Amino acid sequence: MYQVTSDGIDKTRRMILQGAAVIALASIAGIRFGLTEAFAAANDKYPEDAFKQKSSDDAIKSLYGKTATASDKVKLDAPEIAENGAVVPITVSSSLPDVTSISIMVTENPFSLAASYKIPAGTVPSVASRLKMAKTSNVIAVVEAGGKLYSASKEVKVTVGGCGG
Amino acid sequence: MASSIRVRATAGAETTEVQALIQHPMDSGFVKDAKGQLIPPHFIQEVVFEHDGKQVFVADWGPAVSKDPYLKFAFKGGKKGDDLKISWTDNKGGSDQLTAKIQ
Repeated sequence: MYQVTSDGIDKTRRMILQGAAVIALASIAGIRFGLTEAFAAANDKYPEDAFKQKSSDDAIKSLYGKTATASDKVKLDAPEIAENGAVVPITVSSSLPDVTSISIMVTENPFSLAASYKIPAGTVPSVASRLKMAKTSNVIAVVEAGGKLYSASKEVKVTVGGCGG
Repeated sequence: MASSIRVRATAGAETTEVQALIQHPMDSGFVKDAKGQLIPPHFIQEVVFEHDGKQVFVADWGPAVSKDPYLKFAFKGGKKGDDLKISWTDNKGGSDQLTAKIQ
């Protein structure tokens, strides 16, 4: 017949407990993995639509789905006057914690969004690059930090445009 | 052909500073050639920097990024001799990659 010794019960119990623990762990891992994967997928795709928007507001909306508030914690370094609109050095940095993304718009360009940078954890929220500017325009830096959007803007005067012929 | 990517990654006390220069026309699609024909857009869309199997920086670019783009950023970690992998793809399906040693 079926005999259950105390040792047997103990073993079964342990196995059940272990099983439960494994399942619990697996589900936690699954949820975590699922989340990061979804996040990465959303983040990994080239934001084609955002780059086609003519206004900065639409570009920000397309990119982040929310609006930005001005913040002095977003630092935008751009020249007052750019002699050559084809090469305008622009540096954006931020003292905000948990920065995940930095984007740069040039409002008067045919397409406002110029560049969007993903900042993974552990990367310093500061980026320097060079942009083309069609004419004198506001440059807007948008920083996503802790799920919120912050921005800073500055007018750059362009003497020779960098987009026309 | 020499690589289109030139990169210098320097390990500091806490961060590794990366400077990259990529050779690419970055045609915006708004410029006309000598015959008055529009030069079709041809620009890098994405640049990915990887260190230790992890993305440390991703750049999404539109046509407004200057010709022969330059990029400077820094990430925590990374030591002398580590590999830094850089790859880019453009809107015409072109791509290039390079693995550089951190100095």
